[in-house]
This record gives sequence, C-alpha cells and structure tokens, in this order.
Amino acid sequence: MNAAEIHARLSELLGARAGTLSAANKDEAALIAPRDLLEVCRALKTDDALAFDALMNLGCVDWPGKSEIELVLHLFSYARRHGFVLKCRLDRAQPRVASVVPIWSSAEWLEREQFDLFGVVFEGNPDLRRLLMPDDWIGFPLRKDYEEPESWHGISTVRESPLDGFVRLDELKKKLAASRAETVKAADAPKPDGAP
Amino acid sequence: MSAPGTDPSATMTSGKEVLKRIEYSGEMLVNMGPQHPSTHGVINFLVQTDGEEMTRAIPEVGYLHRSIEKIGERCEYAGFMPYTDRVDYIAAMFANQGWAMACERLFAIEVPKRAEYCRVIACELNRIASHLISVGTMAMDVGAVTPFPYALREREFINDLLEELCGARLTYNYLRIGGVAFDLPDGYSERVLRFVDHFEKVLVEFDRLITQNRIFVERLRGLGVISRALAIDHCLVGPNLRASGVDWDLRRDLPYSAYPDFEFAVPVGTGAVGKTGDAWDRFWVRTREMQESCRIVRQALQKLPEGPVMAKVPRRLKAPEGTDAFSRIESARGDMQYYVVAGPGEMAHRLKIRTGSFNAMGIIEKLSRGIMLADLVALIASLDVVAPEIDR
Amino acid sequence: MSAAQDLGSVVTTSTSHIDAIINLARKSSIFYLLFGLACCGIELMQTGGPRADIDRFGSVPRATPRQSDLMIVAGTLTYKMAERCRLLYAQMAEPKYVISMGSCANCGGLFQYAYSVCKGVDKIIPVDIYVPGCPPRPEALTEGLLRIQDKIARERWFSGRRLVGRASAT
Repeated sequence: MNAAEIHARLSELLGARAGTLSAANKDEAALIAPRDLLEVCRALKTDDALAFDALMNLGCVDWPGKSEIELVLHLFSYARRHGFVLKCRLDRAQPRVASVVPIWSSAEWLEREQFDLFGVVFEGNPDLRRLLMPDDWIGFPLRKDYEEPESWHGISTVRESPLDGFVRLDELKKKLAASRAETVKAADAPKPDGAP
Repeated sequence: MSAPGTDPSATMTSGKEVLKRIEYSGEMLVNMGPQHPSTHGVINFLVQTDGEEMTRAIPEVGYLHRSIEKIGERCEYAGFMPYTDRVDYIAAMFANQGWAMACERLFAIEVPKRAEYCRVIACELNRIASHLISVGTMAMDVGAVTPFPYALREREFINDLLEELCGARLTYNYLRIGGVAFDLPDGYSERVLRFVDHFEKVLVEFDRLITQNRIFVERLRGLGVISRALAIDHCLVGPNLRASGVDWDLRRDLPYSAYPDFEFAVPVGTGAVGKTGDAWDRFWVRTREMQESCRIVRQALQKLPEGPVMAKVPRRLKAPEGTDAFSRIESARGDMQYYVVAGPGEMAHRLKIRTGSFNAMGIIEKLSRGIMLADLVALIASLDVVAPEIDR
Repeated sequence: MSAAQDLGSVVTTSTSHIDAIINLARKSSIFYLLFGLACCGIELMQTGGPRADIDRFGSVPRATPRQSDLMIVAGTLTYKMAERCRLLYAQMAEPKYVISMGSCANCGGLFQYAYSVCKGVDKIIPVDIYVPGCPPRPEALTEGLLRIQDKIARERWFSGRRLVGRASAT
C-alpha cells in the first residue's frame, strides 16, 4: 500500500483522529494531534491490513520560530512491506506526549534519546532518564537555543588557539611598512619653523 | 541554557536513581566498562550478578557521544560527509552512502551508473572488512585468540584496496553527493579480483578453523536466542534480524543504488546447530554475507559500465525550508537510516541518524536476564555493536 | 690524572651504565593499556595486528591499567568519559607515559563544534607524545612509540631526576 491508501484505511478506522495527510515533497506524512498518538499507533499496529510491526525511527525537530517541537515517527511493516510517517506537533514550552513503548519495544531507547536531547517527556516510558549525556548535564543540547557552557566539572570547553598572541607575518610586514611610511612622511614634511 | 519552562531538574531523574530502582536482593553490582576489552568500544554495563550468574545487565551508553547530529546542523550538506565516516568507523562507506542518498533525494539528483557501481564495489569490500572485525572479535571474546589475527590480516588487504581508491584506510570520505570522488584507478579490477579469489579460499579455511569448530559451536549454540517476534518488536536490523529467521534484506527487497543488477543470496538463520536466532546463527550469517559480498563485487567488476562518476551538482545545494528526506540503506550492521530536514540556508535544519547498533543495544537488558556473566560478552559480540553507532 | 678523579670518573661511568641497562630493559617492554575510544582504536588494533606488529618493539596490550606503563588515548574523549580517563591514569603505576593518538585526543580535532567532546586529552592528564592524524596510520603510531622509547632512554635514575629512581637507589 502507498501512503494515501494507508491513510484512507486509517481514516476508515479512526475517522477525523487519523489527522491530515500532508502533501510533502518527498515522503507523505500524516499530521495527527498529540493526544491521539497512542490510539493511532495502536490502530496502525493491530489492524490486519496495515500491520505496522516495527517502529523504525523516532525523532524530534525543533522549530523555535513556530515555538513547537515536531515529533516524527517512521513506521515499517515487515508483514505487508510498506512504510508510513507520522508527525505530531508538541508545545515547545511543555513538550509532553504519550509513550509508544506499550506498542513497540524499540521505542524505549529512541524515546530516552529524544528526552535526553530535546527534553520531550514521554509519559509512560518505563525508564525515562538521560541516555547519552552525563546524568548531571544541564539543558537539552539539540534544541536550537542551546548554548554550550564555558566549563564542565572544571574542564574548559574551548581549545586555546596556539596562534593567540602571534602576529601574522604579512600583517607584521604591513605594519612595518606603514610605520616606515610614517617616518618618511614625517621627515619629508616641511618644518614649521623653517629649520633644516 | 535550557529553554524557559523546562526546568531540567523537574523532569530529569538522576542516573543514581537506577540503583534504587533495581529490586536489590544482596547481589553484587559491578561496572563492566567503559574501559573493557570485550565491550567493543566504550560502553558500560551495570551488571547485577550473583557470582557467575547474572540477574541482569543494564547498558549505559553515551561515552562516545560526539554530537554529530548537532554538527550536521552547523555545516553544509557536502561538508558533513567526513563526519558521517565517524558515525560508523568500521563500515564508513555505508554511512557515507546513507548521507549521500538522503541528500540526493532531498535535491533530486540522479547519480550516474558508473558511480553507483563504484559505490557498490567500495561498499561490499567495506562490508567484508567490517564483518571480519566482527567475527574476529567475536571469536576472541569467546576465547579463541587465533582467528583474530587471521581476520586482521585479511582486513589489511582490503584497507590497501580502499586506500588505493580514496586515500584513507579507515575514514574514507569517498562518496560525494551525486557520485563518488574518484574513478577506479588503472588495473584496479584485477587487483580486486585477485583479492576476492584469495579471500574466498581464506573463507573456507576460516570456516574450518572456527565456524564449524566443535568447541566454538558448543559454546554458542542456544545462547541469547532472539525470536522472530522479539527481533521485529525491538527493530533489530541487518544480520541480527536475518539470524532470527526474517528473510529481509534491503538490497534485495527495497533495492537502491545498483543492487537490482546483481544476483546474490540472502542468508537467513535456520538454527542449524541450536535454535533459530542464537549467537551461532548470527555469526554464521555474517560469514555467509562475506561470501555473498564477494559474489557481488565480482559481478560489479564484470558489468562495470563506462561514463562519468559525478552527476552535475549545483554549487549551492539548497532546498525549501522544512522539506524532509529519508534514506535507508543496508549497512554492515543493518538498516541505517538518515532523516534530514532542510534548513533556510545551505545547511540542514535537523539531522537524525538511526543505526543498527542502537536498537541492538536496547535488547541486551532483556536478553541478559539469567545468563552467565561470560555469556554476556559473547552476546554483545554476537550482536556486533559498535560504540559510535550507538552514541553518534 | 689523580686517583681520586679517576675513581670519580669510574663511579659516574658505572652509574650511567646502570641507567642505560635499566632504561634498555624498560624501553623494550612497554606494555600499553588497551584504551581504544573511537576510530583510532581500530588503528590501534591494526598496529598490534599482524602487519604493523608493534610487538617487535616489545609492546604488548594489557587490559588493565595496573599492569601498563603506557596509556595510548586512541580517539575522542567525551566529557562523560573524561573522569574515567583520569581515574584510569591514576590507577597506573609510576613511571607512566601517555600517547595522545589522533586529532581528537590532541585538540578535539574535527569535533570543535561538539558540545560533548573534551577539546584535547591534555586538559585531563599530562601527555608525553602527540601523534597527529585522523586516524594516524599504524606507522605513525609506531613512530610515537619510538619517541617514547627515546624519552625513556634519556632518563637518569641515579642523578636523582626521578623521585622513584632515587627512592629505589637508596
């Protein structure tokens, strides 16, 4: 089945909650409301014609301009051999959404990763803690407005340039030439009191 | 630092919480890693163990988190190619290809036929190299030291071939968006063919030495069995999935690049010595895949078409903001996926890489319940996890 | 030449000879810690492998810091790993040496923009030799090991330059 057929079947099952199918340039994606996520996913997995048995990818996209975080799920069915993309938009200030771990076990680590990097809280994930960053890390690094701290546990986060304090050779030459020109000019300038 | 309204302390549980969460009944809690010779890179396992028998092992990753996804948002599409090498340094060619394909889909670039063939040759050689590391270290982890130098010796030949192709031994940076960087050098086909001829003989020898070795088989049969349903539920990919009896290979079932032109078999685990999906099956699938890769390389060299190796690519790669593209390739560690969202300028807005090892890592806690501590090492090795692929 | 001077010269010659013998033994058996962090770890493996064969110089890998003289920091050091690295260095017995292998370990290299990468291992532990490259070839790493050997060969044990040497001499 292609994306349009899958979405038609989903609308048949869930009505308006199946969301709208976007006419994206590359992959068509269904945009659903965050509160319907769990239900839509359950329908996608349990329905025999759809049978999405694998959650391939779960990622977030930060849009600070629109003040939203977009959650993108890539699904795939080994039984029916078709794929589908789900998207839902979360509030950037309080990103919360239901976890899909009860449906696909592979979601557990994917959700932990997104929680770690974006701060999206997946309600119902059995082990929601930082996955990649250290436990005491502050902030969510993949958000667009994240700023790197100056030091971490006393380790400076910048590399001092070995060239600091050095002057480039061509600049040095330029400077020398300029100062020489100054002196020449000063020597050539007519003396105000007419002295030699 | 953090966004307003998201107080990290309010939403985050400390890692020390995990200690409280374990139903603790007097067993030992031991850190295995991050510096441990058999964890395949820097991975930590919090092992709850009663002597040799383990209650469970909780993987802790992130010791090699190099923020490659963030860097992808800060450099141009073509400039990101060297970073993809570092996503999976054992099979860097595939990571290159995934990124190249994602960008080619995003900008609708058609790759010339000869470039596709060059890609296939480079990738399949790289697959052999990657599987050699995998089977070699696996043999070493279960106690057989000899096969490892054998595997490394063969890998050196492949390194030479790939170095001739692109000038690097490990981090190739060979593929470009829209083709490959260099055409095959003169006389390259003969040298590759000579290697393939030699390697097929070595593979037979290797099978005699280790794959069919009775001690090795007894050690691995029935260990870490992953059923078909569990493998799909946890989204295992690549050789791990095929060992569990799922007949699925992207190269054959969702063909990309030049793969439709070649004939090759897809080895699937059958439980020849124990149960389907045990550690030996995963090992065996990898050895057979090396054989199939040899076949593909041979065919690709035979059918190699003439023509350019780079498509006409605009100097400034730009796509409308918000457009996204998704690519899947069959890496040495299975289905590797790139999801890229175009940004306003010549840089991506967001980049997500989903790799095979990441999902394989998620299954270890479930599989490690009740097995022996020494079997954990064999289990990790059989899943063929590579640290940077998990952490990126 | 007087007898006293002669005796003095004999004493100096003999201690420097002892130094040379000790250093010859030490530099020909540098055990390195298997500390492959990232991409360079694979090249470290290949260096110990059949072709480059660093064993020729008496270097063999050790899996524990307690038995090793040399720590080859092979690869990117992240902040999460930094404290472990410091701990491993502290666990090694004196005298100990560190090779920083590859650009990432030298200065952060490719990952200057990364929020989670420590920009250079010398922020954590003292480094003796920097091996450039991304990743360095096995030949380059072997060269780094030879430089460590040079360094060891120059050390004086009886002139009291090293604290350990003086303690064991008295």
